[in-house]
Amino acid sequence: MAFDIILKSLPRLLEGTWVTIQITGLSVVIGLCLAVPLALMRVSRNRAVWMPVYGFIFYFRGTPLLVQIFLIYYGSGQFQDALAQVGLWTFFREAYFCAVLSLTLNTAAYTAEILRGAIQGVPWGEVEAARACGMSGALLYRRIILPKAFRLAWPAYTNEVVFLLQASSLVSIITLMDITGVARVIAARTFAFYELFLTAAAIYLVLVYGVIWVFRKIEYRISGHLRAAPEAADATAGM
Amino acid sequence: MIDLQGYGWLLLKGAQLTVLVGLASMAIAVFLGLIGAWGKLAKPRAAQVVAGTYTTVIRGIPELVLILLVYYGVPTLIQDITAAAGREVIVDLNPFTAGVATIGFIYGAFATEVFRGAYLAVPKGQIEAARAMGMSAALTFRRVTLPQMWRFALPGLGNVWMVLIKATALISVIQLPELMRNADIASRATRMPFTFYFAASLLYLLITIASMILQQKAEVWASRGVRRA
Repeated sequence: MAFDIILKSLPRLLEGTWVTIQITGLSVVIGLCLAVPLALMRVSRNRAVWMPVYGFIFYFRGTPLLVQIFLIYYGSGQFQDALAQVGLWTFFREAYFCAVLSLTLNTAAYTAEILRGAIQGVPWGEVEAARACGMSGALLYRRIILPKAFRLAWPAYTNEVVFLLQASSLVSIITLMDITGVARVIAARTFAFYELFLTAAAIYLVLVYGVIWVFRKIEYRISGHLRAAPEAADATAGM
Repeated sequence: MIDLQGYGWLLLKGAQLTVLVGLASMAIAVFLGLIGAWGKLAKPRAAQVVAGTYTTVIRGIPELVLILLVYYGVPTLIQDITAAAGREVIVDLNPFTAGVATIGFIYGAFATEVFRGAYLAVPKGQIEAARAMGMSAALTFRRVTLPQMWRFALPGLGNVWMVLIKATALISVIQLPELMRNADIASRATRMPFTFYFAASLLYLLITIASMILQQKAEVWASRGVRRA
């Protein structure tokens, strides 16, 4: 194994790591902002509201992410003139923009579906109690349903973020220099294929288990009321 | 309808290969999943460690990186090892083998968790009863545990299949002429990328919908011995 090549390419791989984190972070944040209204629309009883959202979710969950990325990055070229006229071509020309856009839409669809399940999983008694206290509409959602739904959705959402982090490796195919992109370029130049891909894999492993660790911490924080009280916990300490 | 300019057949042939690659990978994944689940539940510490490492490591690495690692990395690794031993061996993996092996290997890790859960869902009392009737461990597994495991495993396996079939699109990166790759070829030739990637995406949707229907049928079949209220 050519350790010198691994060592020499580490700085560039770390730059790639930063690109991976950026793209994943942006998509996760924007995707979540889209997913909440989408999930609310999805549970609506109005056909005109939930059906388009259902279609969006079904399409993005039923097709490979790679197709979605190509559809946005290469596919937009077919509408270059139209996009240029409305001034959007400057965005769609950029691989970075297309990568974030497709990852965002993809994660928004998956997250909306997770949130839908969680919203429908909120115990009816809690909603009834809130209604009995005089809450309704937006207040009911803000105070009772959404906080509870987020807590229910958290483990599944952790998985989704981990999937997205790994899926971000696909942006290397549209020329972006993330971890995989850097590894591919250096490997093609030095022929040190397994050295570089193994190093890339190791970086992803660290990132993935880092994300899982952070999300578990948050899960612990937001489920404090479900654990035994501290004094009771002391009694069972050392287990 | 979308005008595919005579490239429709190319897409359909690609879709055919996609399904074939998917089925072959799924077979490997199920096989590895059963072994992996055995490893996780078995008594030998070594088996637990190997199965645990397998699922932990595989689920933390992107599919694309693993595909590239297997397709480009494994031949060079074998060449380096044999060169160190003073021999020259040229290994040439074809994209089909490399792709199917990698996808199967990755989703074997997910199938492992599915089968583990399914095994644990079979009531202990039934296994004890079978043993008490004098069935050997192997016979108990074949007659009592396995038939019921399918029932508990099917929803999970269905999910694995849905993710797996979409993951096969990544094999296009190593030039296997499946659906994605053929859509790529057609879109370059006609300069109509949107049309062809969109058509490809519809074919993937079709595969997904067909799988959902089949999954429902399979679940009904697997729970034929269960009384419903």
